[in-house]
Amino acid sequence: MSGGKIRAVARNAGLALGLPVALLALWWIASAGSANFYFPPLQTIAQMFVEVWVSPRIFDDVLPSLGRLAAGYFGAVALGLIIGIPIGLSRTLRNVLEPVLEFLRAIPPPALVPILILLAGIGDTMKTLVIISGCIWPVLLNTVEGVRGRDEVLEDVVRSYRIRGLARLWHFIIPSASPQMFTGMRQALAIGIILMVISEMFAASNGLGFAIIQFERSFAVAEMWTGIIMLGLIGILLSQIFRLVERRMLAWYHGLRQSQRPGG
Amino acid sequence: MNAKTSGSTRAAAMLDVAGLHKVYTGAGRTIEAIRDVTFTVGAGALVCIVGPSGAGKTTLLKCIAGLLPSSGGKVILDRAPVAGPPSSMAVVFQEYGRSLFPWMTVRQNIELPLKQKRLPAARREQLVGDALVAVDLAEAHGAYPWQLSGGMQQRVAIARAVAYEPQVLLMDEPFAAVDAQTRADLEDLIRRLWQRLRVTVLFVTHDIEEAVYLGERVLILSHAPTVIMEDVAIDLPDARSQLETRSLPRFSELRKHVYAQIQLAKQGWRPPGESA
Repeated sequence: MSGGKIRAVARNAGLALGLPVALLALWWIASAGSANFYFPPLQTIAQMFVEVWVSPRIFDDVLPSLGRLAAGYFGAVALGLIIGIPIGLSRTLRNVLEPVLEFLRAIPPPALVPILILLAGIGDTMKTLVIISGCIWPVLLNTVEGVRGRDEVLEDVVRSYRIRGLARLWHFIIPSASPQMFTGMRQALAIGIILMVISEMFAASNGLGFAIIQFERSFAVAEMWTGIIMLGLIGILLSQIFRLVERRMLAWYHGLRQSQRPGG
Repeated sequence: MNAKTSGSTRAAAMLDVAGLHKVYTGAGRTIEAIRDVTFTVGAGALVCIVGPSGAGKTTLLKCIAGLLPSSGGKVILDRAPVAGPPSSMAVVFQEYGRSLFPWMTVRQNIELPLKQKRLPAARREQLVGDALVAVDLAEAHGAYPWQLSGGMQQRVAIARAVAYEPQVLLMDEPFAAVDAQTRADLEDLIRRLWQRLRVTVLFVTHDIEEAVYLGERVLILSHAPTVIMEDVAIDLPDARSQLETRSLPRFSELRKHVYAQIQLAKQGWRPPGESA
């Protein structure tokens, strides 16, 4: 890397981190010496964070939450792709299913919790289903759009070279739709984290959402704040992991976009 | 010259288009795109189809390629009627930027149709390598299409068609979107490949000079609903060069003749006695 490049990277990092650091500093100063029961000093929260989370709680609350999130998220992605691809390929299927999908999508997933408790009890299955019920829509709808919007010229190429069946699916349909599939999966990730917490606030015996509610009910306010910070950190970490995977899988797409920019 | 002309219409027809008719129906109205197109292309011939814009050139080519069902008439490729894309035909499209898979490297783009043909790996490698050498892109096999210039991308598409080892190569205005110098290079490339591989080429273009320069025959299309206005034999020497061939008096004569016919076609003139 040249000196100019290093400077550019440092500048970008500075821009990205500047505001969060400033906000944290502001919070730190504004809350220092706070006697307000609900808004303890950030210093107290930071000390409490280590005490609460560098402990068996990682295994008792964080890992179960992440496990349910993973099961729900990947379940939703798999279902969204499996259902979305045929709908994207068939105009008839789209005409039949679109009104139903629009209706189902309009239902807020937390509203399904009581029904899901009746159907699946209060265990991990229910929580996974809540996450699936919310995450599936962006994946499904973006997959349908991505598959439907495939290039006609490329479709003619595929047909004229007699590329059919699974080869067509694997080498043409899925890669064509992959940029939109990733858009849907990114939206689904954010929804998944929200639903993970919400599902644990109903009937639960462990998990991040459960821990935050427990702290709140026992007036352990600083501990409650650490839970919220933990959620934020997990959200940032997962979205960074997602970005890395996306950059790798869609390297061709970003390259193509860059090459189409005027003067690029 | 005469031997060449009669050679291209000899009995061994590679491609036989008879009474081809195409009507688009949809939303309560019908549009007659192709009225009646009949012609024969001999094995190993290079025939150009030229017509004014709106002559249904792409529709005609797609019907011949089996990509579009015709409404009547027949397309016969090497004695077998075309009902879908045949395995002995390859198509090069105009939109080079959209006809290569952007998620695959150049090599993968050329190799995929060969995998579909279930050719063994060693054979595939040889075909891909030879095809890239034939289009002067031996170094580019690891690049992605979008890393290449427009002319290079179209050469990759040509290499893919060549590696497929078709009996008939269809080209739909393949050079309409590249700059003039690249276009001249690509025209000579097509002549070279055609002479070396002895493949039958049907080349659709709207460029009159290109048609005359490339073809052994030029079919002039009317305005839609399309019929063939004239089948012109191009009696130019076989060895063509951009500089010399294009400055031959005969070249200008042929160009003028085709140009005049295209002007007539644009004004809606139709050959007498066409069947409606």
